[in-house]
Amino acid sequence: MTPLSEFKEGERGVIAKVNGRGRFRKRLQEMGFIKGAEVLVEKYAPLRDPMELVLKGYHVSLRVEEAAQIMMEKLENR
Amino acid sequence: MKQENITIALTGNPNSGKTTMFNNLTGTRQHVGNWPGVTVEKKVGTVVHNGYRLRVVDLPGTYSLTAYSIEEIVARRFLVDERPDVVVDIVDASNLERNLYLATQLIELGVKLILVLNMADVAQSRGHQIDAASLGKLLGVPVVFTVGSKNVGTKDLLDRVLEVVEDRATVSRHIHISYGHELEKEIKNIQDVIWQDSSIGERFSTRWLAVKLLENDTAVQDRVKSFATIGEQILAQAEASRERLTEFYQDDPEMILTDQRYGFISGALKEVLKVTAKSKIDLSRQVDLILTNRILGFPIFIFFIWAMFQVTFTLGAYPMEWIDAGVGWLGGLTASLMPPGLLRDLLVNGVIAGVGSVAIFLPNIMLLFFCIALFEDTGYLARAAFIMDRVMHLIGLHGKSFIPLLMGFGCNAPAIMAARTLESERDRILTILINPLMSCSARLPVYVLLAGTFFGASAGNVIFSIYGLGIALAIAMGKLFRVTLFRGETAPFVMELPPYRVPTLKSLLIHMWDRSKIFLRKMGGVILVGSVVIWVLGAFPRPSEFPRDYGVDKDAVSNTQAKEVTLGSLEQGDKSQELTAAHKGNVQAEASARLSQSYLGRLGQAIQPVFDPLGFDWRTSVAVVTGFVAKEIVVSTLGVLHAAGADANEESEALRRALRASGMTPLGAYTLMAFVLIYVPCLATVAVISRETNSWKWAAFSIAYSLALAWVVSFLIYHGGKLLGL
Repeated sequence: MTPLSEFKEGERGVIAKVNGRGRFRKRLQEMGFIKGAEVLVEKYAPLRDPMELVLKGYHVSLRVEEAAQIMMEKLENR
Repeated sequence: MKQENITIALTGNPNSGKTTMFNNLTGTRQHVGNWPGVTVEKKVGTVVHNGYRLRVVDLPGTYSLTAYSIEEIVARRFLVDERPDVVVDIVDASNLERNLYLATQLIELGVKLILVLNMADVAQSRGHQIDAASLGKLLGVPVVFTVGSKNVGTKDLLDRVLEVVEDRATVSRHIHISYGHELEKEIKNIQDVIWQDSSIGERFSTRWLAVKLLENDTAVQDRVKSFATIGEQILAQAEASRERLTEFYQDDPEMILTDQRYGFISGALKEVLKVTAKSKIDLSRQVDLILTNRILGFPIFIFFIWAMFQVTFTLGAYPMEWIDAGVGWLGGLTASLMPPGLLRDLLVNGVIAGVGSVAIFLPNIMLLFFCIALFEDTGYLARAAFIMDRVMHLIGLHGKSFIPLLMGFGCNAPAIMAARTLESERDRILTILINPLMSCSARLPVYVLLAGTFFGASAGNVIFSIYGLGIALAIAMGKLFRVTLFRGETAPFVMELPPYRVPTLKSLLIHMWDRSKIFLRKMGGVILVGSVVIWVLGAFPRPSEFPRDYGVDKDAVSNTQAKEVTLGSLEQGDKSQELTAAHKGNVQAEASARLSQSYLGRLGQAIQPVFDPLGFDWRTSVAVVTGFVAKEIVVSTLGVLHAAGADANEESEALRRALRASGMTPLGAYTLMAFVLIYVPCLATVAVISRETNSWKWAAFSIAYSLALAWVVSFLIYHGGKLLGL
């Protein structure tokens, strides 16, 4: 498993586990960061933080420190 | 009218086009206010359809109803307590999966629901084919397609609303999202306890209560506690059920419930959604690759901000001049039509001048909000926050705080209103509190006067350092407030980056006008009262009560002048010029004496001891007091008190000489500049703060903390400078 924060632009993977606690974790889940969901790293912001992700067909941003809480199984690029 | 009180609640995710739908439904018949006790905006409108008068309430856009954020709490409280007759959930049809999450929660709540698949055209162009009939059957709710931007489907929606109201909607039925054997068993266990008191089931869906208790929802727990009879029993059962489930799943039950809801959605979507042709080119994505590009992103962002500044303050300067001229003309007209006296003075110098000083900001406000609406509705605002978040996060703020803070350099009043784009109430209030430290353009004349008088060639650098001081203090105070007043978990930066869209002119104009209306109505009232109060304080007691009668002097001057003229002296011209100057001097001295003798002047003199440690004399103290109305008034007050004429401006040489002669030192001038930068935001800004935070407490806090900060910083500058021998 690799934290999402270590993904490079254009890499994709499947969420294996969302760490963290309480409100933070629940909020991520509600936005669709659930186990088994596919995530693509679209790009990083010009200052390398936050990052833009594509999840369930929509674009969402997440700070790198927050993405570090999401454990991923990397997928090969199609 | 068949039935008078039918309430429709609009819900939906942010960026689902909910506001556009609301505008389509209600047109201009809408009222914008705040939800009681919070800063969240509440919009209510009416629509008449088939003889029914429908009240439409626009609930805050939310992704969920968990009651974590203030918007969710507001929306849920309304749904549970006010029980609207119909709930319309606006869904982005091109982004069904995440949007339906909210729908599952609404279904669970047991409300009468209609699902609106908005932006149906976008979904279609992306090759999404949605089987609405099957989706409606699966969810047990009527489903309507709409295209909000083209006002398509609005009538259809209203027809469906009436079907549900009249109980004619055949598709409507109550479905349960099945959570699997273990969870269902515990839901049933909790429900069994709740059913012991039959009155609870009449007010709430017992299944919803049970699910929320399993989710450890504190708001529902508090509510259950109030069920005197069996509240404790229910909570005990819920606790036991949670423990069992946590043991079984090795995870919090609320996580499992969320997983199950998404599971239900993806199961439903497999049946009703067909994605035929994957879109070839995603235009929005291409645009974004440029606008948030690593190299181009910042220059483009800076250009847009620069353009917004230009439009707001440069373009806005023309209508401002017209308003200024109009107010001047109205004042002149009133003055010429009325006999001199107290009433004329009150109208011209109090009411017209005071209200005019507010009306003049209207072009700025309208243009600024047009630009912000444009940024927001196109989707660029989210990108601006995306780009700036790294920088703003350093001072504990959100990326979206950047625009309000930047606008503060123009004028704090509209800038504070711009903080509405921040979703979290904490971020919003924090951004509002530090906003006045961004040195607005009204303070510039004060700096120009003082720096120009005492610092000569290095005036520019000195003024720049004052702006820098403001920014440094904003960062420091931001950090301080974050660790004291606004402690606790910060919400994660899960911000949706919606696709770029072409906004409709109608929605931009409604957006702009909403803000402007609020500004005009509320600020007008407060400013009107404030300026009359200041006028009264400055105009009383009347000159006749003065110890020295300047009127006599004036007559004496005229008499001498008249005599000289009759003498027909050769030096007549020169003499008369001299005498005019003497006359002018006397008029100025009179104005100066009048102001110093007025209640305002006495107030300034009375509080002068407070400013003594900062090296301010009584004239400066009075100027600081009058500056509360608007900071640029500091200059004209100093002008009056130093007898340099009330029309003195920052370029006036007479005032500069008088200031130097008054014993003010460069250090004293710098101290005053720092004080003017920091102390009490102007009356308009205070009014906006209280309006935007929906509480006089925050406005009072803002006054108190800025006064204290201004005094301390000025004290440190003055005495630090003295120690250094400046």
